[in-house]
Amino acid sequence: MPVNRYLTSMYTTELSKQPNVQPIGPAEDPERLAAFEARVAADEFIEPKDWMPEAYRRTLTRQISQHAHSEIVGMLPEGNWITRAPSLRRKAILLAKVQDEAGHGLYLYCAAETLGTSREEMIEALHSGKAKYSTIFNYPTLTWADIPAIGWLVDGAAIMNQVPLQRTSYGPYARAMVRVCKEESFHQRQGYEAMTSLANGTPEQKQMAQDAFNRWWWPSLMMFGPPDENSPNTAQSLRWRIKRETNDELRQKFVDITVPQAEFLGLTVPDPDLQWNEAKGGYDFGEIDWDEFYAVVRGEGPVARERITARREAWESNAWVREAAAAHEAKRRAKVAA
Amino acid sequence: MSDWPLWEVFVRSKGGLAHRHFGSVHAPDAEIALRHARDTYTRRMEGVSLWVVRSSDIVASDPDDAGQLFEPAADKVYRHPTFYEIPDEVKHI
Ligand SMILES: [Fe+2]
Ligand SMILES: [Fe+2]
Ligand SMILES: [Fe+2]
Repeated sequence: MPVNRYLTSMYTTELSKQPNVQPIGPAEDPERLAAFEARVAADEFIEPKDWMPEAYRRTLTRQISQHAHSEIVGMLPEGNWITRAPSLRRKAILLAKVQDEAGHGLYLYCAAETLGTSREEMIEALHSGKAKYSTIFNYPTLTWADIPAIGWLVDGAAIMNQVPLQRTSYGPYARAMVRVCKEESFHQRQGYEAMTSLANGTPEQKQMAQDAFNRWWWPSLMMFGPPDENSPNTAQSLRWRIKRETNDELRQKFVDITVPQAEFLGLTVPDPDLQWNEAKGGYDFGEIDWDEFYAVVRGEGPVARERITARREAWESNAWVREAAAAHEAKRRAKVAA
Repeated sequence: MSDWPLWEVFVRSKGGLAHRHFGSVHAPDAEIALRHARDTYTRRMEGVSLWVVRSSDIVASDPDDAGQLFEPAADKVYRHPTFYEIPDEVKHI
């Protein structure tokens, strides 16, 4: 039986926090491990064929595939409004945005595959409910105003998360993030622009904008994940440069940037505790409802079941396309062989 | 049904530049690989030409051999023009 060894000593050198102890599995060659640690610490990129600790491979596979699933499931709430967009212009924009999200999912699946897990396994994990994706996509899109709110807030939060990932230590993930970030900016800007139209519209439109803002504000803050003190993997991920900033740091940045944008629109942030803190040069904000967050993580979000059912149906009802393509290829190969 | 084979995608950004590796796609054959590559990697005028190559046809060097392969170049500075001293008075060389 392989003896579990633990990575302990190294965390404390960089982080004053309680060290996060994680098994790294059967004994790994300490010399290779040290060389790996040194490369990562020197901000070198790790490439698919390079040696890496099993825990690094496992953590990245989970993170990248979850990210891919989030892009794919993320098409559903917005797809809900494509046929009902209020103008041809908005419709073309929304269609392009949703198509981009499909692309993001594909870039990320490719990156995850380089770590040795097949696309099939990842899709299967999503469809069986075993794999997680961002909790934000388990909330419903009730009115048109939700589409601007998602672009502005959800894509805004995603950008905040993704920009530092362009320098993540795993090469294929970092390169996928460079492409994603380049495309993401239009997503946020189209959302803010559409929100501006509503905020400057009739009283009813303004009310719709405020209502959507109220519903999406807190779930957007939850997108950064649990608070640092309850984020067991953060220390490890920072060490390995898988993550570059903590959940709370990114969340704070997002609040500081977004509140003035809301004020410009004349919208009220649905947080009575929100207050500018001169000393820290940022906003203090209210307690996030973490019980709600964990409930959604467990799959109890308002439309969690609907999302996975929609994914599975799309996969199954289009199986004939994949089968036809495979049959066509087999026929052609047979012809060449003959 | 298991995954379609993997293809590596190379894009020429504009005439005169080399094709550069962009990513990969799954496809049953070359023709569909090209179509998927076009939809996945060139939605914003990223390129004027596409190559797709079966990933299994690429032969790559082993990272463990990097030292033996590339380090010998490090002590051959005389392959660079700056290695040679030419008096300041001598021009155009
Ligand atoms: Fe995206
Ligand atoms: Fe994203
Ligand atoms: Fe996006």
